[in-house]
Amino acid sequence: MAADEKKTIESGGSEKGAGMIKKPLSVQRKAYINIMTALMWFCSVITCGLVVFILAYVLIKGIPNITWNFVSTAPSYMTGNIGILPDILNTVYIVLASLVIVLPLGVGAAVYLTEYATNKRLAGIIEYAAETLSGIPSIIYGLVGMLFFCQFLGLQTSLLAGALTLVIMNLPTIMRTAQESLKTVPQSYREGAFGLGAGKWRVIRTVVLPNCIDGIITGCILATGRILGESAALLFTAGFAHAVNDVIKGLQSAGATLTVALYVYAKEQGEFEVAFGIAAILVALTLILNVAARLVGVYFKKKRA
Amino acid sequence: MNRHKIETVVHGIFLVMGLVTIACVLMITVYLIIAGIPAIREIGLIDFLFGTEWASTASDPKYGILPFILTSIYGTAGAMVIGVPVGFMTAVFTAKIAPFKVRTIIEEAVSLLAGIPSVVYGLVGMLVLVPGIRELFDIPDGASLLAAIIVLAIMTLPSIISVSLTALEAVPKEYEEASLALGATEVETYFKVSVPAAKSGIAAAVVLGVGRAIGEAMAVMMVSGNAPNMPDSIFQSVRFLTTAVASEMSYSSGLQREALFSIALVLFLFIMMINAALNFLMKHDKEN
Repeated sequence: MAADEKKTIESGGSEKGAGMIKKPLSVQRKAYINIMTALMWFCSVITCGLVVFILAYVLIKGIPNITWNFVSTAPSYMTGNIGILPDILNTVYIVLASLVIVLPLGVGAAVYLTEYATNKRLAGIIEYAAETLSGIPSIIYGLVGMLFFCQFLGLQTSLLAGALTLVIMNLPTIMRTAQESLKTVPQSYREGAFGLGAGKWRVIRTVVLPNCIDGIITGCILATGRILGESAALLFTAGFAHAVNDVIKGLQSAGATLTVALYVYAKEQGEFEVAFGIAAILVALTLILNVAARLVGVYFKKKRA
Repeated sequence: MNRHKIETVVHGIFLVMGLVTIACVLMITVYLIIAGIPAIREIGLIDFLFGTEWASTASDPKYGILPFILTSIYGTAGAMVIGVPVGFMTAVFTAKIAPFKVRTIIEEAVSLLAGIPSVVYGLVGMLVLVPGIRELFDIPDGASLLAAIIVLAIMTLPSIISVSLTALEAVPKEYEEASLALGATEVETYFKVSVPAAKSGIAAAVVLGVGRAIGEAMAVMMVSGNAPNMPDSIFQSVRFLTTAVASEMSYSSGLQREALFSIALVLFLFIMMINAALNFLMKHDKEN
């Protein structure tokens, strides 16, 4: 009975209020709402449409050019053969070399900031420096890399100089992802380990770092993506040679990565088919890295839960 | 005692790793200043910044970078005029209206857009945009400021969308509920309550976009035509600050090379100002 009564009151209330709620919106308000909604849909469709168009265009124009010969041989002026094997190898070398150096540096800096830094000002300056680094355009990295690594340190134009330049560029990326992940490690883990008598370094090594492995992996994926896509910073530091080398010799000599090769083929030589072949590979790699980053996130979320 | 020593050493190592970022920023600043000052001294600051003619390889070389500065400013402004409304609307849609599935699709699209290498944008621009502009406006060459503006607008979309999205998400639910309870419709609430509440975050998104646009080199180099003209019209072949450095670096020497470093210094100063603005807005956003 009580429930019934309540119902009547409620419905009565809403009937009374209905006059106010159902009062039709004025023409202006209606127009505003409709226009804004339409605009939002329009812009979102444009954004997604652009992505679909660029991906489809590059893949459709590029995939037919990718043959086994294309990816497994070096270019030769003598035979007129065009192959991108050296560019693929150079890209792999430069990604590996950069990651090997930037990973300990970036994670170390993040560990310092979250675990050690007691001086708030110093921590603030370090974070500000990282933010500044992530805002500097790649062409400036290229110039400074050329001046410092190639000329001052005497590395010449080489993949190693390029990799070192990319280390500086990617330092903030690794640092930020590692830092965010370190913050998610519960304080109680650390306290538990300290309570058992472990020193700070031991706690970091055995408790903190193993628990933020997902952030480190995500950082690696992001950094790999940036390195794959980078070209302006490598133009003057790594150069554009197309010779097949092993890792050691490769790092010491100049070489074009896939992006630089794409630029040279498209802009300087007008070989658009080759350029689209490379572009298709780059776009496919971008897709794969995106999916990988997502999967890593999902995997570790499940593992945590 | 021994353990204590290890701890101190490890602490020291991590401290050094933390200081590497500061060292890098200092190194970049110092190198750019050292490399950039000599040419400015020789050419004269006023002649360098406000000279309207760049003819570095002429017998009587001229080193005026006003065309590059103006092109960079116009190009960035143009990219923002196109990119900000589109990015902003997409962000509001994604944050407030889109159903979960649509939202996931848009987020994925945005992260792909951010991941596509700039040379790929340049390549697509060269083969789609440049001929398109040439035919549409019936001009001899489509490689122009307009093409660069469009490419930059697309390339800055992901930064604009993702930063504004984060800002819009952070708006307290109570604000929106209060507005809805007062009789505003959902769309009105989003634009008249949520957006103003997230305004410094959205401003930060725009500033970040400006930074991205002004620093982009390769994609712009492939579509802008690269002639050192004053940007009198959007159909002109132009050179940006970034592309001015990139296009002559490989064969430059002497004063010409030094002048290129000076251009990089000017670009760096622009970026530092943008960074300061960004930092200010982000802090402002956090405090609110």
